[in-house]
Amino acid sequence: MARILAGVGTSHVPAIGAALDSGKADEPYWQPVFAGYKKSKQWLKEVHPDVVILVYNDHANAFGLDVVPTFALGIADEYPPADEGWGPRPVPVVKGHSKLARHLGTSLIFDHFDMAIVNQMVVDHGLTVPLSLMCGQPREWPFKVVPLCVNVVQYPPPTGARCFELGRAIRKAVEAYDEDLKVVVFGTGGMSHQLHGERAGIINREWDTRFLDDLSADPLRLTKIPHIEYIRETGAEGVETVMWLIMRGALDDQVKEVHRHYHVPASNTALGHIILENL
Amino acid sequence: MTTGEHDYDDIPGTYVFDFDKSHQGFHLNMFCMSLLKPENREAFLADEKACLKRFPMTDEQRQAVMDRDWLGMIKLGGNIYYTSKIAATDGKSFQYVAGKMCGMSQDEYARMMLNGGRSPDGNRRKSEWQEGDH
Repeated sequence: MARILAGVGTSHVPAIGAALDSGKADEPYWQPVFAGYKKSKQWLKEVHPDVVILVYNDHANAFGLDVVPTFALGIADEYPPADEGWGPRPVPVVKGHSKLARHLGTSLIFDHFDMAIVNQMVVDHGLTVPLSLMCGQPREWPFKVVPLCVNVVQYPPPTGARCFELGRAIRKAVEAYDEDLKVVVFGTGGMSHQLHGERAGIINREWDTRFLDDLSADPLRLTKIPHIEYIRETGAEGVETVMWLIMRGALDDQVKEVHRHYHVPASNTALGHIILENL
Repeated sequence: MTTGEHDYDDIPGTYVFDFDKSHQGFHLNMFCMSLLKPENREAFLADEKACLKRFPMTDEQRQAVMDRDWLGMIKLGGNIYYTSKIAATDGKSFQYVAGKMCGMSQDEYARMMLNGGRSPDGNRRKSEWQEGDH
């Protein structure tokens, strides 16, 4: 039986990928960002998952505005890194776990989550920056990935409650898969950031800290946060933190926080990171 | 142009990219997305006007692109994840664009971020900006 061992939350700021790819990770600006992932890399090596279900959003690279799926599940064998306007990141092609992904898609749809299904797509920094933060710069990624892409660009994104429920349905589907697989779920994006308008640059450390606290202490409170609160308190683009709730929903009711990292700034963004283990 | 009042209309300096904005900015944003292809980036840099002509956007939107009026593009339905592809084509950073939108130089903006970013205090409601000091 496949099982979910843990969840990882992390921001996915594009400038982090650019810093790593251009050899700037040791510069004073970036060093504190990467230092907070040193323990995470070791942790991930020890957990050694077979598959990561990676919840992220595309940023106008795979999906345009012609069709905007709210939840899109990748069932392909591989996903090339996207050219986001300055050439593709020099990172390995992401290998999919198509069989698990197809099982997930079927199970989720029969569980009333009407997923869009993707047979071909490029993956942008939303997916590859979390891989880089958690794995460094390997020749090949050390596990297979099932991409789960969430619309958080065109308002409204799905509600936090719906994301949490989707997480629960993912867990049910994983546990019904009869191959022995170790699975970790990544919820990415966030935390505080507003990238546009005269209010660009909003950072709300207190709000972010309460969110991180309640991922283990009171996740149900988090599912009730309305979009307007994310937008007002953490910036218009901060609403993408709802994606973390898919990860959280896929875990046990009680979890253990094994690592946390919070740093301002990573470019325009408050970088947040947490690792939660099922007990 | 809009379908009614939204709870987020009261947030200052914020243009939530909802369906109204998406509809208004569709062709502008899809032009931006065309810059994902290197050959389109080259064509745009070689002749901006001719390139923009191929997309059925408004003259106002075209002008905002040519002026690199980053805030103007947002007000005309541009989405930052799309319009930032013009910045990438120009070799400009996200912080440069963000600074322009709030009337700061890239250095000033970067310094604000290094100092912990813009506080939500005093920036939650339009009434808080009426003094003109933010």
